[in-house]
Amino acid sequence: MNIPDELFYTESHEWIRIDGDKGYIGISDYAQHNLGDIVFVELPDIDIEVNAGDQFAVIESVKAVSDVYSPLSGTIIEVNENLEGSPELLNEDPYENYIAVIAFTDISEKEKLMSAEQYEAFCIEEDKK
Amino acid sequence: MGLKRTKLYDMHVKYGGKLIDFGGWELPVQYEGILKEHHMVRQKAGLFDVSHMGEIEIKGQKAEDFIQFMVTNDVKVIKDHQVQYNIMCYPDGGVVDDLIVYRYSPDYYLLVVNASNTDKDFDWIKQNALNAFADLSIENVSDQYSQLALQGPMAQEILQKICNIDLNDLKYFWFEPSVSVAGVDCIVSRTGYTGEDGFEIYMKEQAPLVWEAILKAGGEDVAPIGLGARDTLRFEAKLPLYGQEIDKDINPLEAGLGYFVKLNKEDFIGKDALLAHKEAGDGRVTVQFEMVGKGIPRSHYHVEKNGVNIGWVTTGAFAPTLNKNIGLALIDSKFNENEGEFDIIIRDKKIPARIRQGIFYKRNK
Repeated sequence: MNIPDELFYTESHEWIRIDGDKGYIGISDYAQHNLGDIVFVELPDIDIEVNAGDQFAVIESVKAVSDVYSPLSGTIIEVNENLEGSPELLNEDPYENYIAVIAFTDISEKEKLMSAEQYEAFCIEEDKK
Repeated sequence: MGLKRTKLYDMHVKYGGKLIDFGGWELPVQYEGILKEHHMVRQKAGLFDVSHMGEIEIKGQKAEDFIQFMVTNDVKVIKDHQVQYNIMCYPDGGVVDDLIVYRYSPDYYLLVVNASNTDKDFDWIKQNALNAFADLSIENVSDQYSQLALQGPMAQEILQKICNIDLNDLKYFWFEPSVSVAGVDCIVSRTGYTGEDGFEIYMKEQAPLVWEAILKAGGEDVAPIGLGARDTLRFEAKLPLYGQEIDKDINPLEAGLGYFVKLNKEDFIGKDALLAHKEAGDGRVTVQFEMVGKGIPRSHYHVEKNGVNIGWVTTGAFAPTLNKNIGLALIDSKFNENEGEFDIIIRDKKIPARIRQGIFYKRNK
């Protein structure tokens, strides 16, 4: 399971990469593996405001519909339109292919997220259930 | 109580199946991935464990008459060793189950039914075996049989390597009651639920041996396939699924299965109701549609026309071989017209779709 060190993770298997005052959001390798073949991504509208933990996108695999939640509060300023024509990119490389970019409002919210090490331990516990 | 396991459980573990709870059975939803498996079956061959299906044996002098009474299709036209797709209805025309009927002789039939309906079907059949039919032997033999399905354009070539009959002599919807497959005695029928050529193979023992023999005989041209791809394959070929296209509240005429309902044969359970439905001429109808807007239609999503609910999606999905989002919808027949438009409600949004004929998968023969 690939869990890059420089990212922060949520319990719902999203990652965020902080870049200045914006964050790139995606789903983890654990998430894409569990979802199976991804066949549709419903991207958020630009300029929508979200709170940490709000659903802002939807990913559909062959068999299921899954909500994607924002790790931080802020405004969505960009979406990865490649995912419209090629949703399978999320399976191929879930870290290279972000879903959206957020201009976050409160960096201290980052404290509530997991480090790579914490997320790895979290995934091991999840698999035991 | 834990999940039920088929005799192939160890094979699923060995080949890396992702095991899930499938209606109380521990079965693989996939091995390498649903799309990959789907394409494998369409292009080469795939091997499925379908041992969870139910089998019911009916024997006795009045077997033919009894089954004729229990089902909508005409079993009197099929010959010994022929197989027929069938539907059992309630008196109101709603569906008990769809099934396939294997005729050994006029006195001996094997019914293969949906896993989720086995007990219900068996009880229903027993309850109706009254009077003249009370002497029939009706047995639920599901525990005795394992079942494998080998499906795809290469299925015949692969199976031929390990069986002792000439498969060219086994035609579509016929079976051979006793075939040696890798040395194991099996029933083999040229039937399936994928829209491809293929075989369903039933055995009372040594199922894992047969599984391994098929994989070995096929090499790179065969792979184990999970239930996820089984659903995408059957849907893409427009084959009905009980619980979606048909159920106790959807009759076979509404589901577009009128071809399998012989209203001119002798009396059967549901005949009067289905005749009345046909006479009335209105009601609901199942239409094929493709998405115009972006989104995947899924089972039970609502269908609206100009903001008014007119029905629902029975099955909808991304169709991997056709590479588009299509579906079947049960709607008020008033709105049925080719190229007619309606909206599928996906997460509270109206996404446009269009009625179209002939959009489902048909294999090149």
